[in-house]
Amino acid sequence: MMNEFSYLYLIPLIPLLTFIFLGFTAKKIKEPISGYIGTASLLSIFILSLYTAYKYFFVVGLVDGKYQSIKIMLKENWIHFSDKLGIDIGLLVDPISVMMLVVVTTISLMVHIYSLGYMHDDTGYSRFYAYLSLFTFSMLGLVLSSNLFMIYIFWELVGVSSFLLIGFYFEKPSAVAASKKAFIVTRFADMFFLIGILMVGYFAHTFDFETLNSPSTYETIQNWIANHQIASFMGISVFTWALIFIYIGGMGKSAMFPLHIWLPDAMEGPTPVSALIHAATMVVAGVFLVARLYPLYFHVEDGFALRIVAVVGAFSALFAAIIALTQEDIKRVLAFSTMSQIGYMMMALGVSGFNGHEGLGYMAGMFHLFTHAMFKALLFLTAGAIIHAVHSNYMKDMGGLNKYMPVSSLVFLIAALAISGIPPFAGFFSKDEILTAAFEYNIFIWLVGFLVAGLTAFYMFRLYFRIFFNKQPDYGDHKPHEAPYTMLFALIFLGLMTMIAGFIPFSELVSADRMPFHSHIEWTDPLVIASILMAASGIGVAYLMYYKETSYPEKVATAMGKGYKWAKNKFYIDELYIFITHKIIFEHVSKPIAWFDRNVIDGFMNLLGLTVEKLAERIKIIQTGRMQDYAMYFVSGVIAIVMLIIYFN
Amino acid sequence: MIEGVSLFEIMSLTTILFFIGIYGFLTRTNLIAMLMSLELMVNAEAVNFVAINKYLSPAVLQGQIFSLFIIALAAAETALALAIILHLYRLTENIDVKEVEELKY
Repeated sequence: MMNEFSYLYLIPLIPLLTFIFLGFTAKKIKEPISGYIGTASLLSIFILSLYTAYKYFFVVGLVDGKYQSIKIMLKENWIHFSDKLGIDIGLLVDPISVMMLVVVTTISLMVHIYSLGYMHDDTGYSRFYAYLSLFTFSMLGLVLSSNLFMIYIFWELVGVSSFLLIGFYFEKPSAVAASKKAFIVTRFADMFFLIGILMVGYFAHTFDFETLNSPSTYETIQNWIANHQIASFMGISVFTWALIFIYIGGMGKSAMFPLHIWLPDAMEGPTPVSALIHAATMVVAGVFLVARLYPLYFHVEDGFALRIVAVVGAFSALFAAIIALTQEDIKRVLAFSTMSQIGYMMMALGVSGFNGHEGLGYMAGMFHLFTHAMFKALLFLTAGAIIHAVHSNYMKDMGGLNKYMPVSSLVFLIAALAISGIPPFAGFFSKDEILTAAFEYNIFIWLVGFLVAGLTAFYMFRLYFRIFFNKQPDYGDHKPHEAPYTMLFALIFLGLMTMIAGFIPFSELVSADRMPFHSHIEWTDPLVIASILMAASGIGVAYLMYYKETSYPEKVATAMGKGYKWAKNKFYIDELYIFITHKIIFEHVSKPIAWFDRNVIDGFMNLLGLTVEKLAERIKIIQTGRMQDYAMYFVSGVIAIVMLIIYFN
Repeated sequence: MIEGVSLFEIMSLTTILFFIGIYGFLTRTNLIAMLMSLELMVNAEAVNFVAINKYLSPAVLQGQIFSLFIIALAAAETALALAIILHLYRLTENIDVKEVEELKY
């Protein structure tokens, strides 16, 4: 089908071509050139995405007060399963995919520009840009996918690019271990995702998002569930199970408890990668997935799956925020903060309604995804600039940097205020809408969100004060210095975005039922005042404890006792996984299986081989190497055959 | 057709010739002698072709043409075999097949 968006296939295609080109020529192209090529291709699709967003939201998207989803079919019936079920290859344009296009290309462009400075003089410079292009291609493909199978393909591709980029410094054993961990954990989750997809295909006879999300489909599914009580497991119908499995796939990618263990380790990758993949784009793929199938999640069995989304999201948000309080590595604090904020987004989707203003949570979740991408990328990139300056990830090696790096300090402050939810920065608006939606849904969920808001403000300002103020360590002759202008450009651009993004009238653009609605902040609402006060008190406590070097942090840590130790060790979840895999699975499942394989299966095969070998040893003496022996065999053979023929005739 | 000589007699002769060839091939260890035995066998067949053609279907000539081919081929084959034997001699200073037995298990 040709339409005004048919140029859209260029958006994933350009980074793919860049990847192929840079990948093949990585050894030949000298340092700045490959970076410029990557950045130029990103710039072109950034402009295309902005144009698409403008055209979709303001020109053609809105028809009869509802945003249309426009499908560009590239190949119909790419894989044909049966007459009812097949896979198309197509691109889907709707409010969330257009929003994600803008997010991905903006952050990716900024990361490309930033890396021109950050990766300077790195041996893998060209390889780095090739991988970044591969990632951008995969992520754009993911957001534009028109069906579940396509999204699965790109889902795995982003997993691979994430693996490649976490293990970018492959000479470091910890980076290799981290990349393997990330890949295996997300793959484990993706297995459930695939099962979920197949179940959806089997029961709904389609993989297509547009069809799945249409009211007729979910009504059919509802009727089917009502008529097939038998098709259920543990009291939940198979279709809800399918949605839960799909959500587990999303949990893996989005680092939700208990599949979050890979995210902190993923910080082994270069910092721009952490900003792009593990803060702003790839990790929100799970949120995007739930948002993609939102009508299904909401309608099937009264949104049972959606309640799970909300609970897992809220729990992860709180869990990660508590761990973030105690971490010493600045990138790990940011990683847990990312996990916490993604939990927030999941929670927002989970508490949302569907029609009009009831869909506030959905809108707020998407809005938070958007603003979070901006300020979290900014936080990571600033952290990169700081690490670049002091050559350490640990807070104890920092302090007093305000006077050496004033610009970084300023943008970090902006981002920290945004994530804490202080008006007028971007995070305030989205966070406040999430809390409002949660309050309407369930007081406990709201309470968790409210608490997390305070914790977030506290740990972000703990980070801020400890990096830029507090006690200054001995920097020696090598004084920290401000980042080069390419890095600063990205920081300042994202800083500006963080300041203005909150004023985008998001509810007019993205909503659960695709109908624009109006939402605005009521400044006298006690909820708003409470959340601002909560954030402010978090900042205040952080100021008291960390602005100057004080003895409070140690006193608090001692007072917390075991709790502090548990949080600092991430509640021993990694150790739990190690225990389960090594002590239980390896010991009691893998080892017996390995024994069986080594002794029974291999034994049988070895016996077979040995028999043949012994037999061969016996008969090999026939081959003497003497021509006359062979002639003898031949002649005797001929004579024997002739005899036989004569005898039988 | 030769007066007073039957096909049976000619074929008996060629059979004897052929088995002399086989005997020689199997017993002699000198490669040149083996090659000569081989020639005996080939010639026995050539005679067979001509004789059978002449006695059984004198109207056609295929058998005789075949024997001409056989002579030509035997010459070519001998040249090739001699070249191989010569090369073998250069390598091993030996043309005794009992001594040359590298190609075995």
